[in-house]
Amino acid sequence: MRGTLSDRTGAALLMAPLLLFLVLAYAWPFLGVVKWSFTLPTPGLGQYHALLTDDLVQSVFIRTLRIAAIVTVVSVTAAYAITVVWVRGSPLQRVLAEFCILVPFWISVLTRAFGWVALLSNRGLINTWLQSIGFISEPLTLVRNEFGVIVGMSHFLIPFAVFPLASAMRSLDERVLLAARGLGSSRMRTFWTVFVPMTRSGIIGSAMIVFVFSLGFFVTPAILGGGRSVMIAELIYLRIFQSPDWGLGAAISVVLVVFVGALMALVFRYVKPKQLV
Amino acid sequence: MPTYRPGPVSLAIAVLVALFLLLPLLAVIPVSLTPSRMLAMPTGELSLRHYRSLVEDPRWIQSILLSIRIGVVSSVISTVLALTFSLGVWMFQPRFTAALVGFVLLPMVVPPVVSAVTLYFLLTSVSGISSFFGYDTWLGVAMAHSVMTVPFATVLILVSLSQLDRRIDLAARGLGASVWERATRIIMPNIKFGIVTAALLSFVLSWEEIGVTLFITSVNAITLPRLMWMGLRDNIDPAIAALSVILIIITVLVLAVRSVITRRRAAA
Repeated sequence: MRGTLSDRTGAALLMAPLLLFLVLAYAWPFLGVVKWSFTLPTPGLGQYHALLTDDLVQSVFIRTLRIAAIVTVVSVTAAYAITVVWVRGSPLQRVLAEFCILVPFWISVLTRAFGWVALLSNRGLINTWLQSIGFISEPLTLVRNEFGVIVGMSHFLIPFAVFPLASAMRSLDERVLLAARGLGSSRMRTFWTVFVPMTRSGIIGSAMIVFVFSLGFFVTPAILGGGRSVMIAELIYLRIFQSPDWGLGAAISVVLVVFVGALMALVFRYVKPKQLV
Repeated sequence: MPTYRPGPVSLAIAVLVALFLLLPLLAVIPVSLTPSRMLAMPTGELSLRHYRSLVEDPRWIQSILLSIRIGVVSSVISTVLALTFSLGVWMFQPRFTAALVGFVLLPMVVPPVVSAVTLYFLLTSVSGISSFFGYDTWLGVAMAHSVMTVPFATVLILVSLSQLDRRIDLAARGLGASVWERATRIIMPNIKFGIVTAALLSFVLSWEEIGVTLFITSVNAITLPRLMWMGLRDNIDPAIAALSVILIIITVLVLAVRSVITRRRAAA
């Protein structure tokens, strides 16, 4: 090191710009939001008290947890089914499965939510078709309710659920399956008692990703719920832009971050982060 | 090579999932061809009027140009910041690296709606100081998008650095190369694929960003997703279907080209 930069200065100079940028543009304003939650409209814990007592806020929290749980079960199950084919199928099956996973993954959340509107709305594909074959006379309400929200969110999250499952299935020791079959276990039994338990870390990882994503989901519930199935994220938006009640919006945000942080800490206590990717 | 292929039951379920994944993307095609002014299935005749309105209505063109501008600026900002940071981590391996990387990844992990409130706080505070750089300005949106995309850029660049052979850098160092020379002439040429990928991903993420954008724009900085959002909330404008079809076709083409390229690379 001929009298150039010392290691310490070099590291500091290279790493400082991004760290400074994020401190100023992310950490500092986040503290500002925390401050809002304690000071608006009046200083004190009033907003947090309101969170615990307000019926509307409570019902939105419960609905969000319920929808997130249902979406997690639906997405992880569906993702598991298609990942099995993506990882273990014939070459052609793999290409097709990859196409079905990656194309939706790269298409924006708005386009995908709109696709469901086109499919499920009163004058959409499904209702038009069912009416034209005379199966129903009045259109079914498939959207602007919780059903539409669950369908749209699951659709969005399945590709995200696929990746941890795929890496768990890829790293699985083939010989264990051979041993199970060699000892006379049926295909079905091998799948349920050997294959599925061995991909446990992938299942936990993808369930956590889907659940955490669902808790803070904004766009899909807002479009497919049509204001009737409000989740936490939309409630925050409404509190800040329509009520306007910045203090409560900020308090809900803080609670959401703490909840997600605690959840991730809990999962990481039992599963090492490395096993998830 | 896997010993056991999925059986008929798994295949049947996977086909259902695949249909579920593709159906809403296919459903926009007939809707985009409806002659009606409202969202509806075409009955009988087809029309390209909604594709025409994309070209003729200046709002669509303006928002597309704005989204491109914001995407390019925020992609440059986040790639440059991610690159310098990652070089610092890789070349010097300072103490507290894990904690610092964890901090940088926060915007990726924190629920997007909380990041949106945070950036809303930032830009409304900045608005008081500067009128072209705060709430509802394109520069403000570009900066907010950089915050959201920089963790992804950092992950991609750190991953490509982790695959780089340290001995190349040690050799350069032993031969007397300065930190600058090592970074620009030894390391960066070897991770250029990762850098380009990071820039492209940042652009794509900014291009389709809506969750944060909704919180930080109102009437001036109308990006393409923001315009789509406005057309989706109230009376659904079938022009969105036409736009969606175009975006889906572009995505499929890009993925097809990419898979051909990676297959060629693997074969070569």
